Amino acid sequence: MKLDAKIPGGPLTEKWDRHRFELKLVNPANKKKFDIIVVGTGLAGASAAATMAELGYNVKNFCIQDTPRRAHSISAQGGINAAKNYANDGDSIWRLFYDTIKGGDFRSREGNVYRLAQLSTQIIDHCVAQGVPFARDYGGLLDTRSFGGAQVSRTFYAKGQTGQQLLLGAYSALMRQVGKGKVEMFPRREMVDLVVVDGKARGIVVRNLITGELESYAAHAVVLATGGYGNAYFLSTNAMSCNVNAAYRAYKKGALFANPCFTQIHPTCIPVHGTYQSKLTLMSESLRNDGRVWVPKQPGDKRRPNEIPESERDYYLERKYPSFGNLVPRDVASRNAKEQCDKGKGVGETGLAVYLDFADAIRRDGRDVIEAKYGNLFEMYEKITGEHPYETPMKIYPAVHYTMGGLWVDYNLMSTIEGLFVLGEANFSDHGANRLGASALMQGLADGYFILPYTIGGYLAGTPFPEVKPDHDAFLEGIANARQQVDRLLAVKGSRTVDEIHRELGLILWDYCGMSRDMEGLKTALDKIRELRTQFWQDVNVPGDSHDLNQSLERAGRVADFLEFGELMVIDALNREESCGCHFNVAYQTEDHEALRDDENYCHVNAWEYVGVDQSPTLHKEPLVFENVELTQRSYK
Amino acid sequence: MSAPTINLTLKVWRQGRTDKKGRFETYPANNISTDMSFLEMLDVVNEELTKKGIEPIAFDHDCREGICGMCGAVINGRAHGKERETTLCQLHMRHFKDGETIVIEPWRARAFKLVKDLVVDRSALDQIIQAGGYISVNAGGPQDANSIPVPREKADLAFNAAACIGCGACVAACPNSSAMLFIGAKVSHLALLPQGRPEAARRVRAMVRKMDELGFGNCSNEAECEVECPKGISIREIARLNRELMKAELKSA
Repeated sequence: MKLDAKIPGGPLTEKWDRHRFELKLVNPANKKKFDIIVVGTGLAGASAAATMAELGYNVKNFCIQDTPRRAHSISAQGGINAAKNYANDGDSIWRLFYDTIKGGDFRSREGNVYRLAQLSTQIIDHCVAQGVPFARDYGGLLDTRSFGGAQVSRTFYAKGQTGQQLLLGAYSALMRQVGKGKVEMFPRREMVDLVVVDGKARGIVVRNLITGELESYAAHAVVLATGGYGNAYFLSTNAMSCNVNAAYRAYKKGALFANPCFTQIHPTCIPVHGTYQSKLTLMSESLRNDGRVWVPKQPGDKRRPNEIPESERDYYLERKYPSFGNLVPRDVASRNAKEQCDKGKGVGETGLAVYLDFADAIRRDGRDVIEAKYGNLFEMYEKITGEHPYETPMKIYPAVHYTMGGLWVDYNLMSTIEGLFVLGEANFSDHGANRLGASALMQGLADGYFILPYTIGGYLAGTPFPEVKPDHDAFLEGIANARQQVDRLLAVKGSRTVDEIHRELGLILWDYCGMSRDMEGLKTALDKIRELRTQFWQDVNVPGDSHDLNQSLERAGRVADFLEFGELMVIDALNREESCGCHFNVAYQTEDHEALRDDENYCHVNAWEYVGVDQSPTLHKEPLVFENVELTQRSYK
Repeated sequence: MSAPTINLTLKVWRQGRTDKKGRFETYPANNISTDMSFLEMLDVVNEELTKKGIEPIAFDHDCREGICGMCGAVINGRAHGKERETTLCQLHMRHFKDGETIVIEPWRARAFKLVKDLVVDRSALDQIIQAGGYISVNAGGPQDANSIPVPREKADLAFNAAACIGCGACVAACPNSSAMLFIGAKVSHLALLPQGRPEAARRVRAMVRKMDELGFGNCSNEAECEVECPKGISIREIARLNRELMKAELKSA
């Protein structure tokens, strides 16, 4: 298989315009003849479903929760980037493009990233028109703030609830189309298989989570916007239901999976505090605008933070990176926190935390100003930890947050299966080896509002479609396979709960395929995951039956896939014998312990093809071509 | 120094999907760390039930950081428990005492059908939004975001109303099972912004009509909803809703 990213020719700044002109159009009257399935209702899924319905397509939209408004985009806190240059501080589309490419450590496509930066401004316009209540200054115009990896103020925000407000905007557009009958909504459904007929994605099989029934839906194209796979690590900032199933089932049906080892560990999360813990909570990166990160200079210093004088504190990010300071990109900040803790300078009960201190900001701006900016985040911190960040520094530690890897897609966001489009976090395309803060919301909405609605038309207009109905053999086979898996899970009747095994998988991945990696550890992880997978199928205990709401069964199905997918993450990490962005292999580092890339041998996307369980997947490579930016060692000093 | 642990007795509402009647079951919850969230405590109890061969308690939850609105149950008679402005997932066990008995029930309202145990069907709230809880704008054509200034005070008020997470606690807390706070929040959010004005009258009438149709009750100013709202949404939003409705009805009369 030769991977063709279908990047249009011509100068970078004109590629998207040219492509939009070259794409075939579907006649307005013909749009209603096409059925499109969208799985997921986060920023990407809801915006895509609503926009395609606005254009006239018939959309069926599926989500796992009880209503589309719960998708995990809702939890995004800090903001959304856009190259508006309202702050008049030197921002431009080119600068946003460059920051994103550099932030991703030169492992993403120029063409895609430039388009993303171009569309960023339209997103803000559209969201304001929808009624998204962004923060404003007293003149009534939009306010912005700074985020990691950038030296301009381009992040639009709605307190610490930007994701919520943007998602509710997309949700309201979606509800409008449901009311008009152009979108049919299917909540509490989990996709269990992708149906491919004659090489084209033509439908899905889902499990109705209330009745347990397996249902088939046919369409002319399938769009996956099913988020990332951070929950492979068990503990992450992801919502409990986030999973890899839809993407993984597509992978098993022939869609290539790109860069699965690229997982973002976010530097500012509330530290782990007990073995019962079910998830980790993010504290927005925006806090690093005003908070200062430090540890005691002396390892093992157990004094309380306010008893440690200034001269005995190490503000290590400000010291090491004077020009970006506390606003270095996430991968750099996370790695540095780990480095300090490894030296024994970590704070708190476990020694796995650093301070994020607002004392100076409160002295400078007053408590009111800080409260207006971060009040809800401080409250959340206080609820969880019982400590007040106004009085004592926050304790933070990195946690799994976002996955840059995902299903491989071309410039049209189409996977290697024709008619299967993948949007948002579920695809791999725009963030390279590290995503910058406030760029996930931008990408999800760019994909859904402004890219897919064009590119899907180009596909539909140029493709012949023989009729396929849900009684087609391919659907019956999908249902039979899904039923078999459910029966198999329920039949084990072993002694270990699903969560116990998931927790164990999470620890393996965190220890060996987390913030720093080495070849030996990765090989150990591979053995351990395989062993754990065998144990799962011999000894898992899934109570209840398949004809009912059965949350243990839902989790078991997800963990079953994570146990296979985790192996793919490790295989990918083993293959990439360099360090880049989030992927830090200790054998490849600069003298200052920064990630050392190998552009000669690894300037490409790894895209894996499924061959069979317990078999090594086949690797395909998409070379990354840089015509507009120079590949340099990233420096934030 | 790790957090202290407490022992509790839970009385939990259990009702199968096809059961006509539910019942309270009593389960012990022992060695609960006071650092746990309420849902983590339920996780621990569910792990133990699973090991004993009892089907775990079904409950809705997702983000576990207080923003998705999926979780919620009535704890000792209070929606999301007695802490102010807190969702169930952000309610921590440090607020409970050793030896305490905790009664856990689902949201109860005519418009929310019970699905199983603590899980209810809140799709009626989506239907209310479908009736008009949006600004009719298609992707593609809007003018520059800064072309219409919005006074900061209005933008802040709109944000406060828009913070609703759609959990349904207001409905569960209301003696009439009214959804007026939920609708008030959305109507206010959009009516306060210049972008939302053109459809304001149509929106408020359609949403209220839908609410009535779906079997929610009316507002009799009990203000229970405001007390239980995890996002601190004020009953001023209901006043604004009434004003908008009045204006709309007068205009159409």
